[in-house]
Amino acid sequence: MSVGAASLTKAAWQDVGAEGALGESVAHDVDLSNEQLRSLYRLMAVSRRVDRQAINLTRQGALGVYASSHGQEAAQVGAVFALEADDWLFPTYRETVASFARGVDVVEALALFSGSWHCGFDPYQHRVAPLTTPLATQALHATGLAMAARIRHDPIVALTFFGDGAASEGDAHEALNIAAVSAAPVVFVVQNNGYAISVPYRLQTKASSIALRAAGVGMPGIRVDGNDVISVYGAVRTAVDRARRGDGPTLVEAVTYRLEAHTTADDTTRYRSDDEATSWRARDPVHRFLGVLRERQVVDDAYVAEVDAEGETVAARMRDALFGAPAGDPREMFDHVYATRTPQLDAQRMLLEQELRAAEET
Amino acid sequence: MEFTMAGALNAALRDSMREDDHVVVYGEDVGKLGGVFRITDGLQAEMGADRCFDTPVAESGIVGTALGMALYGMRPVVEMQFDGFSYPALDQVISHVAKYRNRTRGHVGLPMVIRIPYGGGIGAVEHHSESPEAYYAHTAGLTVVSPGTPADAYALLRASIAFDDPVIFLEPKRRYWLKEDLDLPVTAPPIGTALVRRAGTTATVIAYGPMVSTAMEAATRGAEESGWDLEVVDVRTLSPLDVDTLVESATKTGRALVVHEASRFAGFGAEIAAEVTERAFGYLAAPVLRVTGWDVPYPSAKIERHFLPDADRILDAVARLLEY
Repeated sequence: MSVGAASLTKAAWQDVGAEGALGESVAHDVDLSNEQLRSLYRLMAVSRRVDRQAINLTRQGALGVYASSHGQEAAQVGAVFALEADDWLFPTYRETVASFARGVDVVEALALFSGSWHCGFDPYQHRVAPLTTPLATQALHATGLAMAARIRHDPIVALTFFGDGAASEGDAHEALNIAAVSAAPVVFVVQNNGYAISVPYRLQTKASSIALRAAGVGMPGIRVDGNDVISVYGAVRTAVDRARRGDGPTLVEAVTYRLEAHTTADDTTRYRSDDEATSWRARDPVHRFLGVLRERQVVDDAYVAEVDAEGETVAARMRDALFGAPAGDPREMFDHVYATRTPQLDAQRMLLEQELRAAEET
Repeated sequence: MEFTMAGALNAALRDSMREDDHVVVYGEDVGKLGGVFRITDGLQAEMGADRCFDTPVAESGIVGTALGMALYGMRPVVEMQFDGFSYPALDQVISHVAKYRNRTRGHVGLPMVIRIPYGGGIGAVEHHSESPEAYYAHTAGLTVVSPGTPADAYALLRASIAFDDPVIFLEPKRRYWLKEDLDLPVTAPPIGTALVRRAGTTATVIAYGPMVSTAMEAATRGAEESGWDLEVVDVRTLSPLDVDTLVESATKTGRALVVHEASRFAGFGAEIAAEVTERAFGYLAAPVLRVTGWDVPYPSAKIERHFLPDADRILDAVARLLEY
């Protein structure tokens, strides 16, 4: 997708027309105060530091594995910035950054990767569902929650992310279709980052854009430059407002690039060239945004230094909290299977208790 | 008043919806049509299309959205049209529905019910007569319930809807037309308890769902034809299993068999046989036998009666139990 001149007041995107084709890119006014612009930058820059630190901590053994958001900060932060406090987010394993931007404690958000518990936070606290691993399954959860909100007449919007690979899953289609039919207030944000682990976009679909699928289920579709945070925010905000008005779901495709490997366990040299990543580094969403903010004097050196310092503080806290964190009590594995422990689980908990005691004695 | 099992299930849904406006019922053809078996008959007309509605034909979508609804505090009751159509939703059931409370360290419970008409004996086409209970019972985090009588159909469905964890509610479709006089709302022992349906001394016949009636028929005929006094235990909840009641009965009679429509190999009966053997070994005069469908895909309608366990197959097994 072409990269237009970045702007702080204009978002640009392409709509999927009723005939099912993408229209020309059209500019739209975006109303963000300088304070909000600075917040957007702060969230993106600190997110990048969080991401870097998570990769480092994985290499040092404090995390088992990590799925990086490097290069996708605009798509994730821009999207969740369009949500209100009572709205819900349904992230995948790549949305550590989006979850952090919604207020989830970063150490709790990383529980999945640190191995302390599958989900380290209370979803009700920040209205963020657990980071989900089976692809596109969470799109249905978002749709169902949105259907419930509509039935209850609550002005709540659910936003879910999935990727270009996950878009091939049946659940992605079922979610889009059911959401459209039930006019559910849900926004689907596809981060098309070019790869599903090693498999490139062109092997996932013959279609030129994931956004085109919106026409197939009868909902509005938007394709936006996922590396331009203002455009992502503008497009998603439009979708969120539409959902809250009662006008149903929207599919937003944010075109971006996964600059890092799929996870820390992946090796990109086996399937893509350095040149490709280099061309995308030139469109780095954080540097690009910072460049415009400086140019328009929305931020100065002192603010950037302040944000950098905040990033270092968060990174230090991650190191302190994740290194040498205790494994937790293994007995707890029996405690949350059901609301009330069954007699069978009571008996098995006792057997484990005996094993633990025997291990302590030897 | 006389109720069929189908009518009792319908009454349970209606009463639950009237009592709690968080209860919503949805699935394929459950709205205007009232479901292919008419279990949701009249619910949309009375409760409105926000409370009882049709969905696109997408089983994973039905279950996945129910999870989202339950997360929001609703109590969705969704219908899988047939046992053989429930498999597209297995990923949602196994990967999420069963695991959500544990994944969230107890923060999120999912009060949702997945109703599945199951089992054979109705002369149906392929994919309409299967018994998938072992898949669900094997999955930690699920509660699996199957009623064998109209009274239990009402009471256990009400209890399942009020339950704070996900329930797989397996409805024995060949017993939908089974009748019983009921004074609603009836109550029954809670989820997680088995019941002795017929006290006896010769041997214990353990059954659930569609096989409860078959086991009772076998007990009647066993008494008439052979002078046997069979005890029939209705499992009612497959998971968590009320092992105590099964063991108590097997300990008393010294002989036990378990009967189900599903195939034998790695079937639910193997779990019951193992539990009873482990706990009642010293009291047993014979090994616990399994009376089941064969280890074949469910056969065509015209030969299904040769697949399904019947009273004869149960009584043959009782005879084998008594030979030890």
